[in-house]
Amino acid sequence: MRAYVPKDDVQAKAYYTDRYYVAPQVPKSDVSTDEVFSADLEAIKAKFEVIDSFIQMGQMVVYINAKDNYGVLELMRDELKYTQLSEMSAIDWLAKENKFEIFYQMLSMHKRKRIRIKMFIENGQAVNSVEKLFRSADWSEREMFDMFGIEANNHPFMKRILMPYDWQGFPLLKTYPLEGDEFAAWYEVDKIYGKEARDIIGPELRDTSRVDRYDSERFARLGHEVPKGTKITGNEPKTEQSYQEEGGVFLIKKFDKESSVVVDDPQR
Amino acid sequence: MAQVTNRLTPFFENITFDRVDNELILNFGPQHPSAHGQLRLMLHLQQEQITKAHPDIGYLHRGMEKMAENMIYNEFMPTTDRMDYIASSSNNYGFALAVEKLIDVEVPRRAKVIRMMLLEINRLMSHLFWLATTALDIGAMTVFLFAFREREYLMDIIEGYCGARLTHAAIRIGGVPLDLQDGFIAQLKDFLDKLPQNIKDYEDLLDTNRVWLMRMEEVGTISTELALSWGCTGPMLRASGVAWDIRKEEPYELYDEVEFNVPYSDKGDNFARYRIYMEEMRESAKILYQTIDMYEETVKNNQTELMAHAPKYISAPKLDIMTQNYSLMQHFVLVTQGMRPPVGEVYVATESPKGELGFFINSQGGPYPYRLKLRAPSFWHTGILTDLLPGHYIPDVVSIIGTTNIVFGEVDR
Repeated sequence: MRAYVPKDDVQAKAYYTDRYYVAPQVPKSDVSTDEVFSADLEAIKAKFEVIDSFIQMGQMVVYINAKDNYGVLELMRDELKYTQLSEMSAIDWLAKENKFEIFYQMLSMHKRKRIRIKMFIENGQAVNSVEKLFRSADWSEREMFDMFGIEANNHPFMKRILMPYDWQGFPLLKTYPLEGDEFAAWYEVDKIYGKEARDIIGPELRDTSRVDRYDSERFARLGHEVPKGTKITGNEPKTEQSYQEEGGVFLIKKFDKESSVVVDDPQR
Repeated sequence: MAQVTNRLTPFFENITFDRVDNELILNFGPQHPSAHGQLRLMLHLQQEQITKAHPDIGYLHRGMEKMAENMIYNEFMPTTDRMDYIASSSNNYGFALAVEKLIDVEVPRRAKVIRMMLLEINRLMSHLFWLATTALDIGAMTVFLFAFREREYLMDIIEGYCGARLTHAAIRIGGVPLDLQDGFIAQLKDFLDKLPQNIKDYEDLLDTNRVWLMRMEEVGTISTELALSWGCTGPMLRASGVAWDIRKEEPYELYDEVEFNVPYSDKGDNFARYRIYMEEMRESAKILYQTIDMYEETVKNNQTELMAHAPKYISAPKLDIMTQNYSLMQHFVLVTQGMRPPVGEVYVATESPKGELGFFINSQGGPYPYRLKLRAPSFWHTGILTDLLPGHYIPDVVSIIGTTNIVFGEVDR
């Protein structure tokens, strides 16, 4: 039976994976192996429900309920001395279980430790803003909203930050293609020239590796170059290209098409 | 009356132009030369004093995190150059280190020494560039020319090593691609021997300069609480009284074997940041002298390996690929399909010249990262302008943006 692949994930995927390949795991160790982390975990457990916890790569990962995020981070900052929120963002698991995973990467300079607080939210659910605790969350939450569409309650300015305010779609979702969707293709055309110019200009091509063989404006006709702007008929003569160092190179002969053999029959 | 939008007049969000108070809204950027890139600052002004600042970013957004999800790990390396393009090797390094942690490989000693050299050269380049542009913003043309001259020597050294001057891509996952070229050490020593005098020249021009002091002292003061709360790192945090340097506190590479100091100040103003950049250049020079000795030691001990040995993830040396069938097959698979790190997550922070550069990678065992989050220090150093600028005057904006040392390649990513 063929392995199940979520159809709504349009990101690049491995084109071949061995049927019996089992991906190895990054080792996880128990929290009790580290004194500082186990004390921190006890402090969190005393007040909030902890779903899962382990140490991976020297950093503790704690899974909590989404409703507790403000309380846990407040406890971390005020009592456990995790004074900095280095980073926060989301991971898209919509294709698999219709959920987002949100992580808060915390740093304690007193203990020289890093903790990652994680939680799952349903698609469409909002999170509590932690902007009151860490000002850095002001921009992080805006970026998360911009990229995933996850809103933060009680945020002072819940607007897009990197994309234009009137953008539609959330670029970091797995359902969003790399070269942009229909809206992205027309965004600048509509904005600059107006909708009525769509027929003349055409959609924006964001696939940079795309080669248009009828395009004589760009470097798309290697070996068949024509003057700029020429209408392509398909009968352009081949432009001869050859290159050889002055005086030749030791042991290397100049390639001669006449004396070379073209293999037509692959079964030869 | 509300503004009527059409295609010919720009639409400013939430701003009405006919107000009864004296508030003026000034758009600083995105094409302002001292905005250090594509920063648009919307400043609310009472006379010349700023009452509200609203930084608007995203003019250089290329969606690197999205690109990373669609690239194999080695393919993404040159893209990281385009983050902090003033010190691109430090981005390469941050990414390489994160993936190395994920796949658990040990980099050979000589590669580590070369990487440290590249990192510190990049730090010097970045700090010299910072000094040059900030001094130019304030009006010190001579310092700009001096600092760019020195940066040019460093760029020449780097060019000799990897062929590129700005976007180096000089570091690979698992080591470095090349050994140092002939004359690298001599050139670097030449440069380092002259550097103390050069730094002294800049300081002679600036330290007691009336104009410089007026623009720097007691301007843009960031308290420790604000710096921590906004996630400031690097020189921005150290100028605000927290002596936190990841090279010292969570040592990576061979930073635990070299001796250097972490300069910090409790003033938190522009001048403190300027002093920290100058001192850090001296410390970088100190580290570079030590790495030269370490490099010569590896030569003496005949430690010639430059790439880690991990056939599952990293291609064999060129000689093996050319002579051994199995290495060639392995190399072919790694180039066409890419390495497949184990399932797991890693967050690795390194001390880039601007601050804490972090790479968060969530791998699901495939050749593409499932999620890659780039933690660029400048992002928060731009954000802090919201809280920092109100109360200051228009000319201070230029010097504050200067000393925050933001680079838009990494703010917008």
